[in-house]
Formats: sequence, structure tokens, C-alpha cells
Amino acid sequence: MGDVLVFAEYQHEHFPKSTLVAINAGLEMARKRGAQCTVVVMGENVDALAQTAAKYGAAKVIALEHATLKNYLADAHAQALANLVKSTGAEYVMATATARGKDLMPRLAARMDAPMASDIITINDDGSVIRPMYAGNGMALVEMDGPVKVITVRATAFDAAAESSSPSPVEKVPATIDQGSLKMEFVTFNEIKSDRPQLTEAKIVISGGRGLKSGENFKTVLEPLVDVVGAAMGASRAAVDAGFVPNDLQVGQTGKVVAPDLYVAVGISGAIQHLAGMKDSKVIVAINKDEEAPIFSVADYGLVADLFKAVPEMAEEVRKLKHS
Amino acid sequence: MKILVPLKRVPDPATTIRILADATGIATDNVKWVINPFDEIAIEEALRIKERLKTGEVVLLTIGQSNWQEQLRTGLAMGADRAKLVVNDKPLDTLAIARVIAKIVAEEQPKMVILGKQAIDDDSNQVGQMLAEMLGWPQATFASKIDIDGERCTVVREVDGGLETVAFPLPAVVTTDLRLNEPRYASLPGIMKARKKELKEIPIDSLGVDLTPKLKVKELKAPPKRQAGRKVGSVEELVKLLHDEAKLI
Repeated sequence: MGDVLVFAEYQHEHFPKSTLVAINAGLEMARKRGAQCTVVVMGENVDALAQTAAKYGAAKVIALEHATLKNYLADAHAQALANLVKSTGAEYVMATATARGKDLMPRLAARMDAPMASDIITINDDGSVIRPMYAGNGMALVEMDGPVKVITVRATAFDAAAESSSPSPVEKVPATIDQGSLKMEFVTFNEIKSDRPQLTEAKIVISGGRGLKSGENFKTVLEPLVDVVGAAMGASRAAVDAGFVPNDLQVGQTGKVVAPDLYVAVGISGAIQHLAGMKDSKVIVAINKDEEAPIFSVADYGLVADLFKAVPEMAEEVRKLKHS
Repeated sequence: MKILVPLKRVPDPATTIRILADATGIATDNVKWVINPFDEIAIEEALRIKERLKTGEVVLLTIGQSNWQEQLRTGLAMGADRAKLVVNDKPLDTLAIARVIAKIVAEEQPKMVILGKQAIDDDSNQVGQMLAEMLGWPQATFASKIDIDGERCTVVREVDGGLETVAFPLPAVVTTDLRLNEPRYASLPGIMKARKKELKEIPIDSLGVDLTPKLKVKELKAPPKRQAGRKVGSVEELVKLLHDEAKLI
């Protein structure tokens, strides 16, 4: 009892940092519960990925394979994972609160009749967890009952698992799926390609808000600074709502949670819903012409200025610095 | 086509949330209550589907106390046809909520359930997915576009790194993301009409659903506050500080 099973998400045959975070949180839970942590990689043929997952110190890695698992679909994946949870007798099933983790884990929880805690930030010794509510205005201590408990972890709240000196044993397991019960079909994935670092993995994030006034200004004013610094670009919900940028860039309560070394908020007033997605950044810079903007209450460095002057100037200063 | 829209009453997003000193919850005096914004998008989408197909019914559902009628009336004023209020005053976890909705789905037999991807109070993002599993239905979370062609539904989903399209036969559960639509305001005639629309109260115990919570919030505390730093006078000073002091650029 007490064993932990971690769902390892991948993209393009590669584990993003968020997956290594889930593995690390799984290892922490296992340590605190005196149990073992197993990592499961799901897909059609995931041998190579399973070997990669074996580097991170889990007691075991399971390659759960089936032709039906080629593309991610909630119904097939929830069913195959639930059958594995039953056969392994795992008590905690964990994943990162990415779009996929959020989609899959509640379906799995319902299938197991198990409670689920979303987006947790702390694991206590007794297995209870802490998770934010009300856009981070409240931190809830949550207890779960039952033989199985499902958890998604916030990617910024745990470190990535480190490579271990001895690889975990890898076991291939054919997935059990009742094909007749499946109804969902994968059609396409339109990837937004970008040469910039990923928002949730970048060391520096520069985000724009409604103050940018248009999508065009994101391109002509913000992007040159983003690129000279080598940052990822983000946005406030207001900028997404106004159609300036895609929702994929949204930082905040209902978008992505980021905690880079440096977060620069440009033309963002700092509504609580935005702060919920970035206030754990190490250093926060705010550039806003309204000196009363709430963003200044969390900023380490605040500059009251017209962003249309300050941002190009900042890009120029950084460029000079890089050439000096 | 009949569409069921479960909705939740939440504090207005603009409300300042205060945590009670005894860590039992939030202070509810001076809180303005509204329909969860993502559920409002769900109502709007259900209305648009009905308008597009020129036939159907939009039924609202909530689980709460009698004064949650106000949010149902708002949804009826937007154009929904009727509403059900499952009256409850006990704390419920997401599993119990999904079970109650599944029970109403069994009675109503809708072709679709559309609801918000998350409620902005508990931020769980679970109920739609749990409901889909309990019903054995397909699910499409984080929808930014819904197309219905007869019995087949195609949904564009907002996922990490792009847009994913999935397809499935109806019935199904869909959860809404921000860019699906912009909800309409209730018109004055809409508000007048809403007063006469059917709003049925159902005591939760009459449903015969297991409500025992498996997840309990033991305490709710305010997070540590981040200290404000300092204002800088110029871009030059800012870049110098980031370079020399913070060593980030």
C-alpha cells in the first residue's frame, strides 16, 4: 500500500520539464509514505521513452503500450491507466497540471471512484496536500479518503527530478482496453511553432497586457525586447480576450502558471487573476504608466513609464550590454 | 437538441477575497455573487447551438441553496428555457457534484452537457471530465470551437503548444475555454420573460445519490504576501540593476 504511480506526459518523443516535475513529486510522495514510485509511459511504442524515464530514480518504469494509445484521447487513456492502477494496486496516481494532466486525471479519478486534488503545491508527511484556491488568495489543506487518490501537481511548485546513477528497470505491459467502449477520435493537432523558449520552461518571461493596445504592437514593440533578452513571451487574460495574442500565451489563474527567474510585466495592471500565474517568479519587473497599478505591489523593480518609449529603449540598452 | 448547462455561483472575479481568521473559508459579507464566467460562456454556446440548429432546448442546472435562484434567473434571462436547482447546504466534493449532475442527465436525456472548464472559486477543473466518465460519454475539455453535424460533434481544444481537434458522436460533455465566445448580456425583455420561465427546486436527498465527501478541505489560509520592491527612475537604471545586482540580463 501507499505506492505511487506517475503518468509521464511527452511531446515529440521528449519529456518536457513539467514531466520531470511530476516524477520528482511522485518520488517525494513515495518517500514520505514509505512506498515505491513507478513511472508509466503510455503510447503505441514507447520503449525509447521508457528508457529515458528510467534515468530519474523511480523504482520501476512501465511502458504501457497499445495501438489505440497512439494519439492521446481521454477515454482510451483513462481506461488503460485505470486498469493499470487496479493491477498494480497504486494508492496515489500523479501527473502535472498541464492541459493533458487536467484533461485525463479527473476522468481517471471518476473511473476509480477516487477523490482528486488539483494543482497541488505541497505534499505533507501524512499524505495530505496543499493547493491554491480563489486564484491563489487561499491555500487549502486537503485530505483525501479511499484506497486510491488522484493528484495533479503545479509545475512551478516542485523541482525537476535529477538524473540518478542507476537506471530503473523497465517493464513492458500491454494495455487493457475495451475498444468497443471508445467513442473519441483524434483529428489534428495544429502546433503553434515558435523559436522562443517555452513559456513554462523559460528562465525569463516577458508578458504584455492590454496596455500594448493591439496584436500589432505585441509584434513591433514587445517582441524585439523578448528576442534580444532570449525570453519567452506571455500575456495577460485581458490581452488574450482582446484578441491580441493566442490563449496559449495566457499567464494567470485560468491560463499557465509560471515562475521564471525574471518576469517582466509590460502594460499589465496586475489583476489578482494575473498575479495568480506569476507571483512566485524570483524577480518581478513591472513597466506601467499608472503608478497606482496593483502590479507594482508585487514588483521588485517598478518603472512608471510609457511602455511605447520604455520597451524599445530597454531593448536597445540590453543590445548595447550584449555587445559591450 | 436538448443541451444541459450545469453552472456554479461564485464570487465576482473583481471581488477582493478575504480569508476568515479561523481558516474555515472566505468572508462572504460584501461579496457579489455571479455565474462562474466559464459557465456563462457555456450558456452562451448552448444558446448559439440552439439558434444555429433552429430547434432544441437549453436547460440550466445548479446545486446550491435557494438563493442561487438569482444566477439561474440570469441565465434564463440570457435565453435559456428552464432551470433546475438541486437544493443542498452540505459541502460536496467534485465526485458528488458529478454524480448529482449524472443523475439529472439520466432524467433529462440531453444530447450534450456544456459547462465551464473550471470554477474560479475552487479552481479544480474536474467536474466535466468526471461527469463524462460516469456517463461513459466522450469529453472535449477547453473548447474554443464546437461544430455539430447531425449526431457528430467536432471540437477544437486549447491545449499546450497549439490547438487539437477531436471528433465523436453525441451525446458528449464539452467544457468551455475563454475564446469560445463572448457571452451576451440579458436584455430587458429577456429579464421580464425569465420571471415566468420554469425553475424547479429539487431537494438533494430525493435524488438517492451518494454524497459522502472523499475530499475534505481541512483549512484555508491566506498565502504569504510578496513584498513590494522599489521604483526605478529610468530604463537605464532598470537594465543596470538587472545586470549588476540581479545578474539576470
